[in-house]
Amino acid sequence: MTTSVAPRPTRPPDAPETLRARRLPRYAPPAVALAALLVAAALAYGTGAGGPVLVVVAAALLYLVGLFAVANVVEGRRAARDRLWSALIHSAFVLAVAPLASVVWTLVSRGAERLDGDFFGTSMNNIGARDPDGGAYHAIVGTLMQVGIAALITVPLGLLCAIYVVEYGRGRFAATIRFFVDVMTGIPSIVAGLFVLAFWVLVVSPVFNDGRPGFSGFAAALALSVLMLPTVVRSTEEMLRLVPAPLREGAYALGVPKWKTILRVVLPTALPGIVTGVMLAVARAAGETAPVLLVAGGGAAINFNPFQDNQSSLALFVYQQAGDASRYAPARAWTAALTLVALVLVLTIAAKLLSRRNRLGR
Amino acid sequence: MGETTARPAVAPAPEAEAVAGPRTRDGGALGGGGGLPRARAFGAERAFRALTVAAGTAVLVIIAAIAVFLVAKAVPALRANTENFWTYEGWSPNDPAPKFGIGTLAFGTVLSSALALLIAVPVALGIALYLSHYAPRRLGTALGFLIDLLAAVPSVVFGLWGRDVFVHPVRDFSAWLNQHFGWLPIFGGDGPFGRSIMLGSLVLAIMVLPIVTSLSREVFLQTPTANEEAALALGATRWEMIRTAVLPYGRPGVVAAVMLGLGRALGETIALAMTLGITFGISFNLITNGGNTVAANIANAFGEANATGRGALIASGLVLFAITLIVNITARAIIHRRREFTESAA
Repeated sequence: MTTSVAPRPTRPPDAPETLRARRLPRYAPPAVALAALLVAAALAYGTGAGGPVLVVVAAALLYLVGLFAVANVVEGRRAARDRLWSALIHSAFVLAVAPLASVVWTLVSRGAERLDGDFFGTSMNNIGARDPDGGAYHAIVGTLMQVGIAALITVPLGLLCAIYVVEYGRGRFAATIRFFVDVMTGIPSIVAGLFVLAFWVLVVSPVFNDGRPGFSGFAAALALSVLMLPTVVRSTEEMLRLVPAPLREGAYALGVPKWKTILRVVLPTALPGIVTGVMLAVARAAGETAPVLLVAGGGAAINFNPFQDNQSSLALFVYQQAGDASRYAPARAWTAALTLVALVLVLTIAAKLLSRRNRLGR
Repeated sequence: MGETTARPAVAPAPEAEAVAGPRTRDGGALGGGGGLPRARAFGAERAFRALTVAAGTAVLVIIAAIAVFLVAKAVPALRANTENFWTYEGWSPNDPAPKFGIGTLAFGTVLSSALALLIAVPVALGIALYLSHYAPRRLGTALGFLIDLLAAVPSVVFGLWGRDVFVHPVRDFSAWLNQHFGWLPIFGGDGPFGRSIMLGSLVLAIMVLPIVTSLSREVFLQTPTANEEAALALGATRWEMIRTAVLPYGRPGVVAAVMLGLGRALGETIALAMTLGITFGISFNLITNGGNTVAANIANAFGEANATGRGALIASGLVLFAITLIVNITARAIIHRRREFTESAA
């Protein structure tokens, strides 16, 4: 028992360096970037081919090439390729954040211009091209009414449909419904608008509208329902599937009928997730322009009756003001856009936060 | 309300069980209740079940109704058309002798969508990989949330931004391209530049980006860790690991994501109606004002349309519906096949 185990040699000082792959020093990438920037600036301004934008673009390309070349020499081909792709993937991200930042910045800076009480308290009724005031009250009323009615139609229908697919449906029929719900998600909003135009505005509503086509807020709500339904069904379906089977089995074992189990046990358990899905669908519907443009008529006055006469919506208001020749219109358009985005984002963020608190969550 | 059957089971008296047993619903839906006799459904149970079946059927009815009503309204206009609907390159359906064709519109739709995807897909895949495999986990989650918010921004806002803000850099860039590469037909012409296919496609690309990103990110995150670790253990660099483990596994999902993005791009209306120059005639020129798509034309021409005009727009919408239906069904079929594959493999 006297044999002493020699301590394992941990990297003796005279070990050959070649055992470890040679790596670029940490300062190499920034150095290459700086060099690329200088060369690009010299080239662009020296030849007079372009301004700062060209410099940035050329510098980015030079950086990629330079980094690849340096790494290729020092670290070898595979590591160089790894660095190149890593840089490309990072730049893809920067490329995508830039427009988002621009949209947010413009929304806030240009939208603040008309962010006054007048904007939220008055409509566009009797506002001419030379009037600097006017507001989006009628449009906000329209958006809230249309989205509200659409939610009233969609939520029961969507919940029942999801319950059928998850709890009752079996075989080909249920599979077909699932498939077409998926397909319905992809229906373009303009087609939903055309459908309600062809079905409700031009065919059904003239029956009780003295034969005239009935453009109305309700028609817009119908079109929005067509767009919301698949979203609500899909999210509800997913949530219902997450409800643990023992909960259902416990209820059945107590003799509770199936329909009651679904209403009293399954739905309440899945409720937070379902609410999230509904809120996301509502947010999406609130931002839709095309269907409202086709079937709501888009008036300038306040109309609290969704079943009679034209109604506008915030999204439609943005579109109309953007196309308006008045020099005060762009400010109104941007403020309305800011309001719309705020509404949509509040709904979306609230929905996401709610889903985070969902105990069934993935 | 079925109270009578629910109560006795709480206190399981033997005779109550004997009575309640056969009367409760068959356990078939549980999957394991085969031993119970199949009992008839109660009134409430039956009614509720019928209600859900009706709601499920409503989806099929709505899709069928979309097709039926669009066809019904399109046919009279198509009958009145004095030109070939598929090849004619103009749109004057409101004339006494209506002339309209979908040629320009279909061309513009396909061109702008294809360009948008060409720009968006590489960037989207880059972001998806960044979020799933490069960014620190918490940062990746937070940034993924940001990308989802980008998806929530209404298209009319992108349209407004494209028309008022983004048009300026695009106009300068177009002029620069025209100056240096004007000999290429796609960059030819002599202005005005700006509200062109290029602007429309770029805005469209920004709008498609979040969809493709979030779906591909999800697929990339599902890559089996064992595959990734095996690649790394064999000495693969991070990129080699992605190329050999993540991308092959995610390919069907990425294809489906791209198809769904295509579906969105084909149907996008308002952003393109606001950014394109709206002209008729097929041209490959990307930078001079012009361009038109099926959906943008519906939004633009609807205001002045009479009965035939509406019918003509509905006819073009029907074509759009058919195209997006095919694209979506293909995408969904890929996803479904993949789901079966991954579930059986797991």
